[in-house]
Amino acid sequence: MQLIARGVGHAYGAMPALQGIDLTVQDREIVAIIGPSGCGKSTLLGILGGILRPTAGTVAIEGAPPADSLNPFTYIFQDFALLPWRTVARNIELVLHRHRLGRAGTARIVADVLRRTGLEQFADAYPRQLSGGMRQRVGIARALAVRPAVLLMDEPLSALDAQTRELLLEDFLDLWLRAPMAAVYVTHNLAEALRVADRVAVMSRRPGRLREIVPIVIPQAERTRPERQGEIARLHETLWGLIKDEARIAEREVAGHA
Amino acid sequence: MLDRVDQAARPALAGRPMPFRGGGFEITPRRWLAPGAFALVLAAWQLGSSLGLINPMFLPSPLAILAALRDAALSGALWINLSASLVRFGGGWVLGTAAGLLVGLVMGIFSAARAIGLAGISALFPIPKIALLPLLILWLGIGETSKVTTIALGVFFPMAVATYSAIDAVPRNLIRMAQSFNLGWSAIVARIILPGALPGILAGMRITVSVGLTLLAAAEMIGARYGIGAFILAAGNLMLPDQLLAGVVVLSLLGLGLAWLLGRAERVLLRWR
Repeated sequence: MQLIARGVGHAYGAMPALQGIDLTVQDREIVAIIGPSGCGKSTLLGILGGILRPTAGTVAIEGAPPADSLNPFTYIFQDFALLPWRTVARNIELVLHRHRLGRAGTARIVADVLRRTGLEQFADAYPRQLSGGMRQRVGIARALAVRPAVLLMDEPLSALDAQTRELLLEDFLDLWLRAPMAAVYVTHNLAEALRVADRVAVMSRRPGRLREIVPIVIPQAERTRPERQGEIARLHETLWGLIKDEARIAEREVAGHA
Repeated sequence: MLDRVDQAARPALAGRPMPFRGGGFEITPRRWLAPGAFALVLAAWQLGSSLGLINPMFLPSPLAILAALRDAALSGALWINLSASLVRFGGGWVLGTAAGLLVGLVMGIFSAARAIGLAGISALFPIPKIALLPLLILWLGIGETSKVTTIALGVFFPMAVATYSAIDAVPRNLIRMAQSFNLGWSAIVARIILPGALPGILAGMRITVSVGLTLLAAAEMIGARYGIGAFILAAGNLMLPDQLLAGVVVLSLLGLGLAWLLGRAERVLLRWR
């Protein structure tokens, strides 16, 4: 299955946020989207998953999602978006309820995703009792519960501290390597993009356009190996070169006076 | 190596201690201060009365009020009046709360209902509801219906406003999350909007309880045979200040009891906070 954006554009009122985005997300591939703040990365992600209506262009789904997928296009949010009045397990049940899997079927899925994300002991905890990293694990568990074909990740680690980010990123990659699925990974962190992505889409400052798509051919499993670090550093250089000037100008822009 | 680092970190001479400058404007709980102050005021009041410094015709002593309360309880007058008040308050509050919740919910969800409802509420909310009692008596008669309706009207508006404001305060990202998982409309209302609005709704109920009690007393003073308001009014007419204040104490206890009940409900329903 492929997710194809054709000429996608978006404007908030008179302010253009995105222009002429053409992007195809292949089966089982991770596309990272990077760009300076305010470049419309999150807007693009919202449009790709159908929770924002583009003001120009279309998003097409080519091919059928896997038959067992309950929610083919599933988000993982920067702010976790957990219901504070539901326990961890009940937060996951929330998204399974409409699929009428029965009590046993639901419980089996919940137990499975809690185990895969290392949350078994936290099933009955409320979100406020968890650290940020654990909360995002719940966000990931909830996404996995509906067996997505495409994961749409909106700066999933930005709200976390550096160590937690590192741990969660490795755990996410482990999960992904075991059961690869397509993912769009929005981030402003070059190192994160270089760690997870098969291709990195670099966006310009507002109005966001795709400047370049940089393929990362090193397999994800090898990217932490010492002998690969030279290559990674060169790619980092390339990406930074692409967004540095844009980021500098974007930083000086005042919202609403572009 | 480690040792040398330690040596460097240790000051050669004992210096002046750093003066503490933090603390902020911290409010810390003082458990016994409130009951203590309350007891002190009561004791001073009783002392003033016992020494003859306070004219009992204007302000009877706490013990005299307590005695009047006991007499009313023993004669059965307290129960007749209290039960009449409770029925009125209960009926009016439940009706007004239910209607306010419903209208607030609709206003919180539908833009058209918000536009119309807001205009209606802005126009009608400022009217002192007790001023409508004579009109309601004209329409509904002097019986219970007019008093219950007055209380219900008074409760309705703040409840509707509290409900739609509480719905506005439900984080939009949660609703967007639910939509991204394809939850249906009714599931979003039942599982996201209502539980998310519950803290605000319960806070609104604290306000409507006191509004309802105010209207209860006022309505009973305008036209009722029984009721705490009528009891207080009659005591005033008969120049029985101890009985009058006994009625006021009952109203105050009623308010405290209802607030306590709401507190319990909050503790149970909002355990997750």
